[in-house]
Amino acid sequence: MKLRSILATDCGSTTTKAILIEYIDGEYRLSHRGEAPTTVEAPFEDVTRGVLNATMEVEELSGRKLIDGDNIITPQKDSAGVDIYISTSSAGGGLQMMVAGVVKSMTGESAERAALGAGSIVMDVLASNDGRKPHEKITRIRQLRPDMILLSGGIDGGTTKHVVELAEILAAANPQPRLGQNYKLPVIYAGNKKATPDIKKTLGELTDLDVTENIRPVLEQENLKPSRDKIHDLFMEHVMQQAPGYKKLMSWTDAPIMPTPGAVGALIEMVAQRESISVVGVDIGGATTDIFSVFQEQFNRTVSANLGMSYSICNVLSEATLPNVLRWVPFDIDEKELTNRIGNKMIRPTTVPQSLEELVIEQAIAREALRLSFIQHKSFAVNLKGIQKERTISDAFEQSESGQSLVNMMELDLIVGSGGVLSHAPRRQQSAKMMIDSFLPEGITSLAVDSIFMMPQLGVMANIEKKDLSDQARIAALEVFEKDCLIRLGTCIAPVGDFEGKKEILKAELEFSNGDNSEISLDHGQLVLIDADYEEINIKLFPSKGVDVGAGVSEPIQTKIYGGQVGIIFDGRGRPLKLSHEPTKRLSDLKNWSNALKEYPNLEV
Amino acid sequence: MAHSYTPGLKVLKSTKILKERRLPLKGSVESKVGERVKPNDIVAKTDLPGNVQMINVANQLNIDASDINQCMIKTAGESIHKNDLIAETKGIFGFFKSSVLSPCEGTIETISDVTGQVVLRESPIPVEVDAYIEGKINEVISEEGVVIKTNGVFIQGIFGIGGESRGEIKTIVYNRESEITKDMITDEEKGKIIIGGSFISIDAYKKAIDCEVAGIVVGGFNYYDLEEILGYTLGVAITGSEDLYTSLIVTEGYGKIQMGQQTFDLLNTYNGKLASINGATQIRAGVIRPEIIIPLDSSDASIESNDSNKSDGMTIDSLVRVIRSPNFGKIGLVKELPPELREMESETMVRVAIVHIDGNRFEIPRSNLEVVETD
Repeated sequence: MKLRSILATDCGSTTTKAILIEYIDGEYRLSHRGEAPTTVEAPFEDVTRGVLNATMEVEELSGRKLIDGDNIITPQKDSAGVDIYISTSSAGGGLQMMVAGVVKSMTGESAERAALGAGSIVMDVLASNDGRKPHEKITRIRQLRPDMILLSGGIDGGTTKHVVELAEILAAANPQPRLGQNYKLPVIYAGNKKATPDIKKTLGELTDLDVTENIRPVLEQENLKPSRDKIHDLFMEHVMQQAPGYKKLMSWTDAPIMPTPGAVGALIEMVAQRESISVVGVDIGGATTDIFSVFQEQFNRTVSANLGMSYSICNVLSEATLPNVLRWVPFDIDEKELTNRIGNKMIRPTTVPQSLEELVIEQAIAREALRLSFIQHKSFAVNLKGIQKERTISDAFEQSESGQSLVNMMELDLIVGSGGVLSHAPRRQQSAKMMIDSFLPEGITSLAVDSIFMMPQLGVMANIEKKDLSDQARIAALEVFEKDCLIRLGTCIAPVGDFEGKKEILKAELEFSNGDNSEISLDHGQLVLIDADYEEINIKLFPSKGVDVGAGVSEPIQTKIYGGQVGIIFDGRGRPLKLSHEPTKRLSDLKNWSNALKEYPNLEV
Repeated sequence: MAHSYTPGLKVLKSTKILKERRLPLKGSVESKVGERVKPNDIVAKTDLPGNVQMINVANQLNIDASDINQCMIKTAGESIHKNDLIAETKGIFGFFKSSVLSPCEGTIETISDVTGQVVLRESPIPVEVDAYIEGKINEVISEEGVVIKTNGVFIQGIFGIGGESRGEIKTIVYNRESEITKDMITDEEKGKIIIGGSFISIDAYKKAIDCEVAGIVVGGFNYYDLEEILGYTLGVAITGSEDLYTSLIVTEGYGKIQMGQQTFDLLNTYNGKLASINGATQIRAGVIRPEIIIPLDSSDASIESNDSNKSDGMTIDSLVRVIRSPNFGKIGLVKELPPELREMESETMVRVAIVHIDGNRFEIPRSNLEVVETD
């Protein structure tokens, strides 16, 4: 069967977004999009209302009949309906989980990775050695009321005592699910298989217990996939069944509904795999910031639950501190007045910056939210993860030494940004500069933003399991991702190394596809922008002595890069980026960098 | 679940108010449909399961976990008092016995022969739910609670701290521009809900707490002063469970912002009347705003009152409040709602409203306006 049309929706906590993908002139393209408020909560309490409203908008814009009564027409008949309909969901706060492991830095961390990878928010990690007394753990479980619990602990055949002790704590807490009163809380056991009978005895009656393969069968091996799959299954079977209208929605879709971040992660993983590249994806929302990465073919996701641009903006201020936010602001401002302004954004989260000054401040806060989220991501994305990977015993003990082993900025090929502050910045230069300032890419890195945040829908499309549909849906997802989803901003070239006492740190020769040539000399502390469209550019880079731009210290490099809506950005500011403590110098640097990138051309300082 | 986020605050002179009073767990309902209740009347009660204590008896007796049942004096389900003997070893010829005493009163919940742990459940914790507002029982939710109906004034604030409170309304400023200062608060305000104008300082708020003022309703407060009151930085606007004697409701926002004319006039009209307030705020999907409810006698209320849940959204002639600078806190009338996107100074393209404020015309993003819902 040839797939001719796909309708995909993403039911977010506030908005339901629908996209229509059609096969036109030999390729899959996004043809129309629509959105409507999500209707999970009162007075509607039926998610399908919002889905139908968003679809109706697509119907009106496309002139194609998609709805018949209260149903989406599938498969396509003549020019009406679509061949498949799919959906993701993060409505009602998404999937909220608690995980438990015997040793916090070992099975605890593995369980957390599995839950995050499946797209959930991890509310807490319980561990035998987390320093809390049993009654404190019990109180915490009762307070949190998760949607699901993942319990792990112990290697297969090892001691069972500790993991059974955790099960006893869970049983004593007798946790109630967040949604619905008439069903038992789903608990996944993915620990020492020798303990399974005791776990069943302890939790079998009280909870809806499901047993899967051990997340850590031996010390040096991590096996996350069975737990991730089980989380997705239970999310569908239990949690979603309780949310208003989801039973009906599930009966409409041609593939299981996925948690939104799980779908985004799946897409990023697939893109990295197909292109053999390292990718960092970020979605900065109102309440949370999600970061996805693939380094050394290993996928990681973190969610910084209270680093967002509206609901949790004051928490960004609190964690980043005011001086760190203000260092990005190129004008003087009364600090107390600023904290009140930020407080007002928290209590009126839907407001937008009307004045340029307000926009600059909001983007300064975004830099800090992104920077802090990325620090959290780096400390979590450690070596042991994902599909089964053999490691030596000594490596296994190193895992709590978090961070540095996987995220290598010099190795990073692509950063994809999404979320209002990045996708809808008035100038693309602002998005590019926010991502560079926060993530500090090294060497050669492409930059892109997700135009309308359609990665969730494309992610679920790429993961359709139906045999006759999966190949074409995957092709369609990747084609639309390349052609309609990503807005290519350009490439950042950031040399690193010892810049002390140097003026010129890099020379570059660029050869454009139209035959034009250009030469650049980059000085220490300078930002240079070269306008270039999304076309292949041959580039030769000659770093100064002691400077590395990707091929090794002082080694020249010849490669192909691409421009974009912003162009080629040469960043000579060094890594880590140090802003001057001297106010006049800092303000003058900020102004020069901003001017070089045409970031705020109308700002009068 | 609360209603979905709509950027509009209600200032209603006379409306039908339905208040659900629900127990956290099933229990017994103490009221009947049609019964009149006062704010402090108990309408439902239950017992929450007691706290849990876990004792590793096997470790304390220095025995294998699998031998625990041979040493247990008490069995699962049995009631215990504090210092009761719950487990004991046989010792050697009856001497050198090790024993474990109960640290609390309650029941033995489980005994594990895998881990050697004994779970003790403390006595149940009684929980009562009061009526919170004066009114009539409209509905009984079997074993869970009641819905109370009243007619009265309903005002929403933008942000609050502290939970439910009640007291007599007392306006202590001359106009809505005035600030509440420390010297305005005396012991005479004890148990009252005081109404201010544009601002209350941290010192005045602390004095109100000392004087046991029941609540404060004011235009603005400093965000950075919250930390001193709460003891932590408020990162996300979820409040209501703070242990504060004096609840605070801010009607306009952070900073010095005069209280809306409609809000101030309405509160001032009911000086001396009993009001119920709740500072609980939750700003995210499923929004909860702080509220002020003044139940009215039938003689006070208009015969026909509207439903407080009704909302029409922004239309021409809507009364709106500007909720972001410039013009933050000002109130005006919507004159036009042009459909096309307009470019702001920030270069953001947005849908705007043309608003008249104090005789001047302003073009303001619609998302920076809040409808003042009046009746």
